[in-house]
Amino acid sequence: MKKILQVKDLELSFNTFNGEVKAIRGVNFDLYKGETLAIVGESGSGKSVTTKSIMRLLPEQSAVFKNGEILFDGRDLTKLSDKEMQKIRGKDISMIFQDPMTSLNPTMPIGRQITEPILKHQKISKSEAKKVAIDLLRLVGMPKPELRMKQYPHQFSGGQRQRIVIAISLACNPQILIADEPTTALDVTIQAQILELMKDLQKKIDTSIIFITHDLGVVANVADRVAVMYGGKIVEIGTVDEIFYNPQHPYTWGLLSSMPSLDTAESKLYAIPGTPPDLLAPPKGDAFALRSEYALQIDMEQNPPFFKVSDTHQAATWLLHPDAPRVEPPLSVIERMKKFPGSRYYEGGAV
Amino acid sequence: MARYIGKRLIYMVITLALIATFTFFLMKILPGSPIASASKLSPEQRAVVEARYGLNEPLPVQYFDYMFGLLKGDLGISINQFKGANVTDLILSRMGPSAQIGFQGMILGTIIGVLLGMVAALRQNTWIDYSSTLIAIIGISIPSFVFATLLQYWLGVKLEWFPVALWKDGFMSSVLPSIALAMFPLATAARFIRTEMIEVLSSDYITLAKAKGSSGFEVAFKHAFRNALIPLVTVLGPMAVGILTGSLVVEQVFAIPGIGEQFVKSIMVNDFSIIMGTTIFFSVFLIVVILIVDILYGIIDPRIRLSGGKN
Repeated sequence: MKKILQVKDLELSFNTFNGEVKAIRGVNFDLYKGETLAIVGESGSGKSVTTKSIMRLLPEQSAVFKNGEILFDGRDLTKLSDKEMQKIRGKDISMIFQDPMTSLNPTMPIGRQITEPILKHQKISKSEAKKVAIDLLRLVGMPKPELRMKQYPHQFSGGQRQRIVIAISLACNPQILIADEPTTALDVTIQAQILELMKDLQKKIDTSIIFITHDLGVVANVADRVAVMYGGKIVEIGTVDEIFYNPQHPYTWGLLSSMPSLDTAESKLYAIPGTPPDLLAPPKGDAFALRSEYALQIDMEQNPPFFKVSDTHQAATWLLHPDAPRVEPPLSVIERMKKFPGSRYYEGGAV
Repeated sequence: MARYIGKRLIYMVITLALIATFTFFLMKILPGSPIASASKLSPEQRAVVEARYGLNEPLPVQYFDYMFGLLKGDLGISINQFKGANVTDLILSRMGPSAQIGFQGMILGTIIGVLLGMVAALRQNTWIDYSSTLIAIIGISIPSFVFATLLQYWLGVKLEWFPVALWKDGFMSSVLPSIALAMFPLATAARFIRTEMIEVLSSDYITLAKAKGSSGFEVAFKHAFRNALIPLVTVLGPMAVGILTGSLVVEQVFAIPGIGEQFVKSIMVNDFSIIMGTTIFFSVFLIVVILIVDILYGIIDPRIRLSGGKN
């Protein structure tokens, strides 16, 4: 498959009054054409910052690229001028935000908000752009799009507004669509509708999606591959089945164990103890070591490299080192691994 | 919309009637009378004068006479300041200069203030921002007569670009007082727009506008500006009334025959009908401006479109 975006050794810091916050500390991933890559992790793990840095939407006074590159179309996005970046934003790479209630301009009719990127990036007339916008609204399932073009955001419900935001993001048939928790602010039934819509549209326009979320249920639903982020790094990356049924990193174990499930008989929901690391002074070794019951001595001293689990699956944990002691994952994770061919707990059957 | 405005007009009339009543009785409670200072009058002469202006009638009769006159648009005649002159004419003749320098000052101050505030917000925490803040602080804290005097000295006496005072050279005479009056709205507009723009620029829809590929300039003017205007309109409306209806200090410094000066003099000599007339005139002004501000809200922000309008 064709790599459409490559993020290499990306390091980014925020200069604050308290000092330098190392928000991204060496992130590597590739995005393939037509796939959906989910980035999961708790608040502050750096998932939003990673994607905003791809779009270069972080405040320029405080956010500084320290190292690494973001390759798109043979060009390093971290080095482009503002003008060149403006030509990419909204055209090749576009974005959907978390809260549809605040991501539309309240004083501008939605029609103008949809035609704006079209007029900006394509050489077509206003009336043609209007037609495109109406088609887009129809595409995202908005009834009576002609009438609604002149209306303002407050005349729409939350779910409808997210549909409008999606229509805006698709206006120029982007190669990459970044969805930053697009369903978090919506209620459950609307969430399902929006996810269906996004899957449907992805097939229609063949775009790659980076889907940020902390909701593992959503991940299972939409993603082809999953990257788990913790403390400004990717700690494990693999296909959705590999992450869900053969996880290797203790943090991924923690995430999966803290997901409520209808199958388990346990009455108490697991929670990962402790708090995320302070990125003003990130820990020397594995950032998760202090919260992990599986931490080894070396985790406190040295940052684990990526160990290859399969061609598509890598995890950064010393537990995968040949010399590491063998540890038993939590019971609920073992239950999952039993279903995965290739895992050491495999008992036959299929996922 | 028409229904809403109609409704508001009725309320305005009621408000005005209440203001007129209130002012009327307040005036009557106050000690002194328009002819108290004329101590040389004999009791007979005094009686004649009182009869002429209806001051000998019982209070309710005076009140209804006045209100009835008001209904016909008659503000009465000046009692002692401009003996016998029609108050409506007096106000209108004095209003011209006040309104002209006020209007020019307002426009100048608002435009420069808005630009300063925008630039400061877009270049937050740079020297541009700090200088804009400094200008705003100066504009708010230094009284207008200090500006007026400085302007007279530098632009009038030293450079001789504009006349120092008096209302003789038309537009040229109005420049310095307009600049002096512009400082306060300028400072206010700069502060309000800066604060509001910074708030608006950090909102999600601005990030989305950037994500569409808009440039910083487009984002600021097409998306942010309109959303930052509401608080400014709220303060500028009443401020406009204050400035348009005459700034006593600036009119004094530049020796402009404006309405502010006339109003204060009429209070000092107890010229009942001029005080009443001017108060009512100012009230009308203020009420109309408030209505305009309310209508502007709806034009600026569709979320507060007025009730009674068509959807």
